[in-house]
Amino acid sequence: MTTMSSIITVVRNASAPVRVHDRIGSWIAPAIMLAVLLAAPAVLSDFRIALLGKFLTFAMLAISLNLIWGYAGMLSLGHGVFFGLGGYAMAMYLKLESAGGKLPDFMFWSGLTELPFFWAPFKYAWFAIPMTFVVPAVLAGALGYLVFRSRITGVYFALITQALALIVSILFIGQQAYTGGTNGITNYTTIFGYALNAPSMQLTLYYASVAALTVAYLLCWWLISSRLGRLLVAMRDDENRVRFSGYDPAVLKTLVFSLSAGIAGVAGALFTPQVGIISPTMMGIVPSIEIAIWVAVGGRGVLLGAVIGAVVVNGAKSGLSESFPAVWQYFLGLLFIGAVLLFPSGIMGLLRGEGWQRPWWLSREQIRGAISRLVPGATR
Amino acid sequence: MSLTGLAKLPVLMRFALIGAAAVIMPLMLAACGSEPPPAPAATAAPAASAASQPASPPTAAESDTIKVGILHSLSGTMSISETAVHDAELLAIEEINASGGVMGKQIEVVIEDGASDWPTFAEKARKLLQEDEVSVVFGGWTSASRKAMLPVFEANNGLLFYPVQYEGLETSPNIFYTGATTNQQIVPAIEYLLQEGKTKFYLLGSDYVFPRTSNLIINKQLAAVGIEAVGEEYTPLGHTEYSTVITKIKAADPDVVFNTLNGDSNVAFFKQLKDAGITAEELPTISVSVAEEEITGIGAENIAGHLVAWNYFQTTDTPENVKFVSAFKSKYGENRVTDDPIEAGYFGVYLWKAAVEKAGSTDVAAVKEAAKGIQFAAPGGMVTIHNENQHVSKTVRIGTVRDDGQIDEIWNSGSPVVPDPYLDSYEWAAGLRELAQ
Amino acid sequence: MEVWALQLFNGLSLSSILLLIALGLALSFGLMNVINLAHGEFIMIGAYTTYALQQAALSFTGDPQSGVTFLIAIPVSFVVAGAAGYVVENALIRFLYRRPLDTLLATWGVGLFLQQLARSIFGAPNVQVVAPPWLGSALTVTSDLVLPIKRVFILALVTACIGGLYWYMYRSSEGRRMRGVMQNREMAASLGVSTRRVDSFTFALGSGLAGIAGCALTLIGPIGPSLGTFYVVDAFIVVILGGLGQVPGTILAALIIGMLNTMLEFGTTAVVGKVLVFAMVILFLQWRPAGLMRAKGR
Repeated sequence: MTTMSSIITVVRNASAPVRVHDRIGSWIAPAIMLAVLLAAPAVLSDFRIALLGKFLTFAMLAISLNLIWGYAGMLSLGHGVFFGLGGYAMAMYLKLESAGGKLPDFMFWSGLTELPFFWAPFKYAWFAIPMTFVVPAVLAGALGYLVFRSRITGVYFALITQALALIVSILFIGQQAYTGGTNGITNYTTIFGYALNAPSMQLTLYYASVAALTVAYLLCWWLISSRLGRLLVAMRDDENRVRFSGYDPAVLKTLVFSLSAGIAGVAGALFTPQVGIISPTMMGIVPSIEIAIWVAVGGRGVLLGAVIGAVVVNGAKSGLSESFPAVWQYFLGLLFIGAVLLFPSGIMGLLRGEGWQRPWWLSREQIRGAISRLVPGATR
Repeated sequence: MSLTGLAKLPVLMRFALIGAAAVIMPLMLAACGSEPPPAPAATAAPAASAASQPASPPTAAESDTIKVGILHSLSGTMSISETAVHDAELLAIEEINASGGVMGKQIEVVIEDGASDWPTFAEKARKLLQEDEVSVVFGGWTSASRKAMLPVFEANNGLLFYPVQYEGLETSPNIFYTGATTNQQIVPAIEYLLQEGKTKFYLLGSDYVFPRTSNLIINKQLAAVGIEAVGEEYTPLGHTEYSTVITKIKAADPDVVFNTLNGDSNVAFFKQLKDAGITAEELPTISVSVAEEEITGIGAENIAGHLVAWNYFQTTDTPENVKFVSAFKSKYGENRVTDDPIEAGYFGVYLWKAAVEKAGSTDVAAVKEAAKGIQFAAPGGMVTIHNENQHVSKTVRIGTVRDDGQIDEIWNSGSPVVPDPYLDSYEWAAGLRELAQ
Repeated sequence: MEVWALQLFNGLSLSSILLLIALGLALSFGLMNVINLAHGEFIMIGAYTTYALQQAALSFTGDPQSGVTFLIAIPVSFVVAGAAGYVVENALIRFLYRRPLDTLLATWGVGLFLQQLARSIFGAPNVQVVAPPWLGSALTVTSDLVLPIKRVFILALVTACIGGLYWYMYRSSEGRRMRGVMQNREMAASLGVSTRRVDSFTFALGSGLAGIAGCALTLIGPIGPSLGTFYVVDAFIVVILGGLGQVPGTILAALIIGMLNTMLEFGTTAVVGKVLVFAMVILFLQWRPAGLMRAKGR
């Protein structure tokens, strides 16, 4: 009984952004977004739908990171690796199907004469598709157990996962015969026997992404509203209290980290056929940091925030680089700085009225003055 | 609506509004971006044609211009090389527009940034073909970027002009390869070195597809004359610490180092090679990815005396080149240099123009058919598009780097070499084609 | 035998380079718990400062290779990068001290911005710094053991930096305040130390050291807008292995990683060498999560 009550105290003390029972945030807003996503193909061109489909796989990736960062306080800077592993598992299947029984082209260039044993089972979709979840989950589980058992947290955990991203991407680039090297794996023609490039297939993949995102969202939502979710938040805020309450944080954290990696892997598996390529650049250090930025922009500790952040940041990236191909990185840099400095709880925080940080160069009076000039009568 | 105004709305509406906006806004933004940006070349259009049809409907206005895309990395690590090619392609388009355009129509440019990221290349290629409906795209540098774009061009039946030397073993019906394939650069370079009496080769490259495939071919070629390379070493892309590699090279004691390092690594390698007290006389290297532009970054004094193999140097002595170099310098500055990929990007635009005018349309199938055998007097000499493989015939040149960063030609193939991407005409390469397809 | 002597020297040289790039980071990351992902871009600022100074010398004297220019460039790079660091600290990082992971995201943005700024000012292609002639030669011990003077110079420079840092931290009153804040921020503040001032000064010092690293790296590496990205991860690995806030630990870590990397690379390949070193660091952290040297107290 004391155990329970101490945990409840911890949960009650949990800092603001987490409100699992926020009905609007958890049900109504996502439902509206889902409706918008389902209706989108009616108004957008094929290209924009393909783009949105890609963003949705990123949104799923962001949800998986938000689960462990926003709720459990573990910032992984290696989530690109798990996304990439899922993507590669899918790509292996697609490549083998497209090669039609022959050796994939890059293997031949690298001097292989027969299919490596670990490639062979990937020609079956029933094997490859579960693997997109299993492979990243197992890797994360193994790494997570080692790391969490040694009570490595916070900044150290972030940097160790970053080193993981570096090692895996160097390895994938170096093992050209087995992974396609820098080029990655590309040039697939069919999926489950259907032409991959047909507009109907692209639309199917888009809806598959919407469906997968919905499932991932529901799964994470269920998880964080369960007892485990409360324990996660409790661990984020005071790990020792949870440990003294008789739980083993290492096991719990490993479990969630592993699940998160699995979700990231499935997102990667959906990314590959839609974009037509998976390459080690997706697993390097840069994309993994970007994922954290999506989550920060959207709002940490709110599931929907991850979705909004991923879509907004990537949309801005695409839009800005199309409009200002030469200088768009200025805007991107400023967006990240601004998001962290002025809107620390992200877009979701803004929506909830948690507001924004007053820029240090303005006084309260100046802001009030500016607002009343812009919107007469709006001053609170 | 101000932020405070937003805060006054009921919570539900606030969520609904922003949720919808979050999905739609980026897409709107992206859609706005797809409106043709005011490209530099488009502004060069003569005012007369615009003034003559002030109220022409959009369809008529469209038929006045031909849209083309340029897709290179303008940001990220590859921008050090690709921006110059992008500049050369713009120069060619501007020249064509100034002299009356293609079939009397002005060229309108849509510029996109590949950002040194292969999936981005695929995304932007799809955008250029599907949204902007460009007639042709000039772009790419790394093999990885080309491999990423290839399925997009094949699926959308687009046209890509790819301007950089590469590892061969590819013929896409939708790509024209204006850079050298292996038998126009690597194979003749090895032949040249063998003639010079070199027998101990050390192969050094960055760890990716071009060096690995090149070295696969070189090893076959050397094996045919009974030679085995004394060393083969790969370093990660972006590697900057070469002291250990140099120790290994010293230990192997080769006659020549065949260098397929990429980009920034070359700077570190040549600086550190010189510091180790190894001169070009003692141990010459031959590079296939180091041109005048890269020499500027390496520092001429660090690489002077070493060999390079290309199809064009800034010093190549043709009347077309004199004109090209002075046009390039007057547009982009006296201290800029031209080099092989820059030249290949430049003449690629002219080859496309010739093919379009011969075909009388920009239809992809018609242009491809018309392109067969088309010739153009490029700065580096006459280039001809091959009938089947869509590569171009070009003259092979080997030169030494001078103290001022320019290159002195010391050998050339005499006449343009016919492209042979699968090396069918070499006995030692038998079986490459079968395996590659 | 000579090969091994040369490899030993190469290992020492790599260690000195690693230490040079990691030293500034050890200050800002270790002492202030700020993850500065723009550290690589401060290195870049140092490199471009050296380049700009040389261009200026070229237009005034017509001689880019004057050895004096390079010697002047070292303190100038320190000051320019330090000033840039001071500005970033005051405009951005001081608002984020309670949120260490947020500094990571914000400094990433700063890094992107600075890279694009370099591209706008100096152009996307690499630029070149001509090394002064007195650094161009090699020290010939035996015919097979040839030591590049530049690497000897970098070794000396790093030694000087550590000496200077030691003097600053342990012999100056500013340094004493800094150590005070490191050990117990609240106590130092209540004794009248301006922690704000110490923070911005420490961050500027760390950035300045990155500037010196950038200046030195122009001798052996490429100089372009994305130059920082080649070094920043290595620097982090060194700092983590060394242990938070431990300058001696950082020195030891640089030495271990440099030596290990050189030896492994000689026995295998550059790719395998790098992967093995990182894997070993991760395994080591399993055993001692706080790194080689533990921070005392706090």
